[in-house]
Amino acid sequence: MEHPVDRRDSRLVLSHIIFAYIAMLLGGIAGLLQGLVRGGMIELPAGIGYYQLLTAHGVLMALVFTTFFIIGFLYSTAVKTLGGKLLPVARNLGWLGFIHMAFGTLLATVMILLNKATVLYTFYAPMQASPFFYVALVFIVVGSWMSGFGLFYQYKVWRREHKGKLSPLLAFMAIVTMLLWQIATIGVALEVLLQLIPWSFGWVETVNVMLSRTLFWYFGHPLVYFWLLPAYMCWYVMIPKIIGGKIFSDALARLSFILFLLFSIPVGFHHQLMEPGISPFWKYLQVVLTFMVVIPSLMTAFSLFATFEISGREKGGRGLFGWWKLLPWKDVRFFAPFVGMLVFIPAGAGGLINASNQMNAVVHNTLWVTGHFHLTVATSVALTFFGITYWLVPAMSGRTLTARMNKLGIIQTILWAIGMFFMSGSMHTVGLFGSPRRTAYTTYGDHPDAVLWMPYHVAMAIGGTILFIAVLLMIYNLFALMRTPQGYTEYPIAEVTEHAESTPPLLERWGVWISLVVVLILLAYTVPVMEMLQHDVPGSKGFVTW
Amino acid sequence: MNVHIHKLEKIWLTFGIAMLIVFLVVLGVATFSMGMAPPSHSHAIDPEQIENTPPFDEPGLKQVGENEYEAVMIAYTFGYKPNDLTVPVGATVHFKVTSPDVVHGFAIPNTNVNMMIVPGEVNHITYTFDEAGEYLVLCNEYCGGGHEFMRTVITVQ
Repeated sequence: MEHPVDRRDSRLVLSHIIFAYIAMLLGGIAGLLQGLVRGGMIELPAGIGYYQLLTAHGVLMALVFTTFFIIGFLYSTAVKTLGGKLLPVARNLGWLGFIHMAFGTLLATVMILLNKATVLYTFYAPMQASPFFYVALVFIVVGSWMSGFGLFYQYKVWRREHKGKLSPLLAFMAIVTMLLWQIATIGVALEVLLQLIPWSFGWVETVNVMLSRTLFWYFGHPLVYFWLLPAYMCWYVMIPKIIGGKIFSDALARLSFILFLLFSIPVGFHHQLMEPGISPFWKYLQVVLTFMVVIPSLMTAFSLFATFEISGREKGGRGLFGWWKLLPWKDVRFFAPFVGMLVFIPAGAGGLINASNQMNAVVHNTLWVTGHFHLTVATSVALTFFGITYWLVPAMSGRTLTARMNKLGIIQTILWAIGMFFMSGSMHTVGLFGSPRRTAYTTYGDHPDAVLWMPYHVAMAIGGTILFIAVLLMIYNLFALMRTPQGYTEYPIAEVTEHAESTPPLLERWGVWISLVVVLILLAYTVPVMEMLQHDVPGSKGFVTW
Repeated sequence: MNVHIHKLEKIWLTFGIAMLIVFLVVLGVATFSMGMAPPSHSHAIDPEQIENTPPFDEPGLKQVGENEYEAVMIAYTFGYKPNDLTVPVGATVHFKVTSPDVVHGFAIPNTNVNMMIVPGEVNHITYTFDEAGEYLVLCNEYCGGGHEFMRTVITVQ
């Protein structure tokens, strides 16, 4: 059978995917141990620190697993929709990015294992890690930029060769996702390059703490949309094909991605609502901008369920909900992302609570927040990525998705959902009681409040253990997928329904949208950042407190 | 730009956006006219000179009115100074807290007291303790190896 994808391209994509899953396995081991420690079930041997594990878990899961998987997936969309194979320049940039990111990951992991960087994945100053930890982060971010430039190049050449034509929807979405990442990472790059590296090498004595936090969260919130948008690509473009339907509207899909690009960046203050040094007016302004993403979220929910209903009815589903039964529940390519979508309903609602200005006081830095992002990124996004893996890996390696692998995938999804129900459910509940996140086992001197939290911490550990079994099964599935019989697996890309209206070319006028992004960022950040720079706050020396 | 939107989707979006506006107006009114703004005090202090800078040269509880107190506190790795405050039932306490080292948290579970303590800044929050009890104060921002031991108790009697 003919190999569907150029081997040089599939090798690049699969290298990213495999690297991502190895990071997930290591991050999963750290996560399991954390859960057991916090539940009071074990004590760590051999001088391993709880916070060391927590740093490894955050860096490997939130930064490495996601970024590698996403870049691999985005490159596969470029292969499939922008000319059938990668141009040499794009492929080389992809590898250059991969090598930089892989080196950065290894260096960061070594620094964490040496206990030189127990600063968690948010690395808040004035806690000061080894300068090489910050250098490692530079490698990861700069590597991802190179990969991004490769994608932009492929897209630019395609458009030059197809003058006046609308780009493929999937490629458009990949470009928005990467553009979001490039604009967002400018913040963390400025923080690391201009503040943390000179300070940790001792070239300057002090650091402006509020400025560093603000630059971090300028990056930290769009980061979560960088995780989410590739999942949305699957929901908008792949799922309709898998269920035998069509895309509800090309124009609305593009519009919702543009709205995410506009409103995910000028909003970082909603992570800093309880902080001094930022006036309530600017906090509230960014809260309002944060809530603008409700609009594309509502649009997405509508389109997805419209697609489900239309295709179910075309298959003969009757009555108000008859179409529901006709969805392909036994197909893991649908089932895993669908569970992710369902979880996104409570996950999104929790996010609205977190961002609600003064109401944030109830949940800020409690386990509620940990529970929240274990629903968003670690369930909605992760299950969608798993669902993608089941067809992406065989499609890239010229193999088949067997019935056995499909079944293992369904089991993996169910295990994940059960584990997360216990873990995230307990985190949400005990967080409302005030139990703090990012804290090792403690009863605060047997204070009655804290003693009451313990049963929830035990339930978290049980949920975490189930999740770890699901991680192991996923790793098995990944490698088993590379050993299935050779053959053809479809790379599912749906067509737009014939009833949809044509897409306005304005949606692809990048100059317009990037200018708007810049205007919104300047509006939201200029005055408060000027205040931080001019305000006479003395800087902080570095501290190593672990 | 003219994007055609399905009639049902128009209803869905109109309802959603209307709810959103109502919600944001409620948040805004509560923040700016009912005094519920999140702790946002801006007040520079040299973190290395805290012990020589009033009022942190004398941390502790000071009565400022009838059953009204000012609590000047230092959050440090890994504790709070002063430790173990006692106030009468019904006391309104104005907390002023800063840090001489890294970033800390200052949270009292089962209340709305929850704020970040950033070196170089003083954060403020006010709370009225209407019920007697031993209120746990804990650090909810990772601050180092002994973070889980960082706590104190406010006794209300």
